[in-house]
Amino acid sequence: MSIRDRLSGNEAIATAMRQINPDVFAMFPITPSTEIPQYFAQYVADGKVDTEFICVESEHSSMSACIGAEAAGCRAITATSSAGLSFMNEVLYVAASARLPIVLAVACRALTGPININHDYSDSMAERDSGFIQIYAENNQEAYDNYLMAHRIGETPDVRLPVMICEDGFITSHALENIELEEDEAVKAFVGEYHPENYLLKHENPLAVGPYGTSPYYMEARVAQAEAMKNAKRAILDVAADFEKTFGRKYGLFEAYRMEDAELAIVLMGSSAGTAKAAVDELRESGVKAGLIKIRVFRPFPGEELAEALKDCKAVAVLDKSEGFSACGGPLFAETASACINLTQRPKMVDIVYGLGGRDFTVAQAKRVFARLEKIVSTGEVGPIYSHMGQRDLREDVQ
Amino acid sequence: MKNMTEIRWHGRGGQGAKTASLLLADAAFLSGKFVQSFPEYGPERSGAPITAYNRISDERCTIHSNIYEPDYVVVVDETLLETVDVTAGLKEEGAIVINSEHPAAELRPLLRGYKGRVFTVDAGTISRKHLGSYFPNTPMLAAIVAVSRCVDPEDFLRDMESSYRHKFAKKPQVVQGNLDCLAEAMKEVKE
Repeated sequence: MSIRDRLSGNEAIATAMRQINPDVFAMFPITPSTEIPQYFAQYVADGKVDTEFICVESEHSSMSACIGAEAAGCRAITATSSAGLSFMNEVLYVAASARLPIVLAVACRALTGPININHDYSDSMAERDSGFIQIYAENNQEAYDNYLMAHRIGETPDVRLPVMICEDGFITSHALENIELEEDEAVKAFVGEYHPENYLLKHENPLAVGPYGTSPYYMEARVAQAEAMKNAKRAILDVAADFEKTFGRKYGLFEAYRMEDAELAIVLMGSSAGTAKAAVDELRESGVKAGLIKIRVFRPFPGEELAEALKDCKAVAVLDKSEGFSACGGPLFAETASACINLTQRPKMVDIVYGLGGRDFTVAQAKRVFARLEKIVSTGEVGPIYSHMGQRDLREDVQ
Repeated sequence: MKNMTEIRWHGRGGQGAKTASLLLADAAFLSGKFVQSFPEYGPERSGAPITAYNRISDERCTIHSNIYEPDYVVVVDETLLETVDVTAGLKEEGAIVINSEHPAAELRPLLRGYKGRVFTVDAGTISRKHLGSYFPNTPMLAAIVAVSRCVDPEDFLRDMESSYRHKFAKKPQVVQGNLDCLAEAMKEVKE
């Protein structure tokens, strides 16, 4: 039986962590993820978990401690945001290449500068090539559900990769909303115990973790890691299928919202998708064939599936909530456009960078994006392929 | 969305506007509603203007933007009336509730032409009387429930009692003061 409750995204994630009761939580605080270890510290103090809770001196150290623990055969977790994630950068690659299924909760926040504590994806997008699986949530419920699935995905034998569970900083992390929680025992049964095949402290099969990889061997390790990331796609769907069977909520690689006959579509991520759904509903009522795709899994990127979902659209706007400074579009646009490159007939496509550093995204803005797509279809003119939306001076806005 | 009430709170960092918005969401949740409560932070410092928001609805609301056309506005600190456009976008069929010792008619000229209903309640005096200190958010919470009736006032008082008993399990002596604060503010809020 699900439990009707109301929690912020941070408390929802901390609750999932408590229910899973991992072996090690290495923590260093940073806004807006700080409440996650704060709640967890209370669970430790109250004896609700028997996790080894290690307060370290930096995020580089929290991820390093997780690497050590996970290599020793433990389940290890941490949480961070923004500059903290950047400070982990070096060791994120170590965790992924050593094939250690650590689970890292990220309350996504802008990177400096100017210094800013609010939401965008500049932190997690900067780590998109780290080898972590990345799963994004629209709201507190999805943050909780994604977390419940994370360990099983990462620990799948032909995957063995670390997982980032991303929520939108403040918008999700600090917003209180209704949520359906699952019973502790049901969660424990779903997630199961972790029994790695090999680990540092297994005396009958001694193991080296993170040795030097000379040129004759390095590439094989990287290719094996790339294969693991391909396998992750299937593992994510398998775990989601079991999650649906167990708890009744359905998840895929992305959510296709009112896409059945959509001619105009937005591709975006996170909480903005919920806001844009309200715009889609309004437009549908006035006869516009609008739809949206909310990318849930960004790594591995669901390229083939996305191309299939977009192939019959006439025009598509990709909404990027990070500025990649490529001068030709953000990271979600680059992935979406390349996914569609071999379609024989493909939609016109534009990229709109929005919502940086907590700049609000509204239903009205989403409707303006659809209005622009209608214009692209009616005139055949794409206009600027890469632009920004929501600046203070509306004259700067091409939408 | 039908049957949705949107509320915007204006306060200063440290006065508990965010907490009041959380408590209102809690009360609405307990009465069976779907709720959202979220803060908007500016610079992180005590005394800086902050905004918090509530959406209360019969179905889950997927919109996660700030609220630009609220049904109700609550002003926890009346000095904000000079610097913040608190009635921006406020629906004329809605209302604004201000913490002030002055009657509503005296404050209306500060509201930049707002035509809807204006209420005041002296949250400072009520708070000092029942809690011995300045916690304006508790009376303001009760005042907005009384004005908006987004939660049934009787259910609200009952649910708040159970939340306070839970929240102050280690300080049960403060429960009654908070309940008295709520009850008096509900009675004293005036148009």
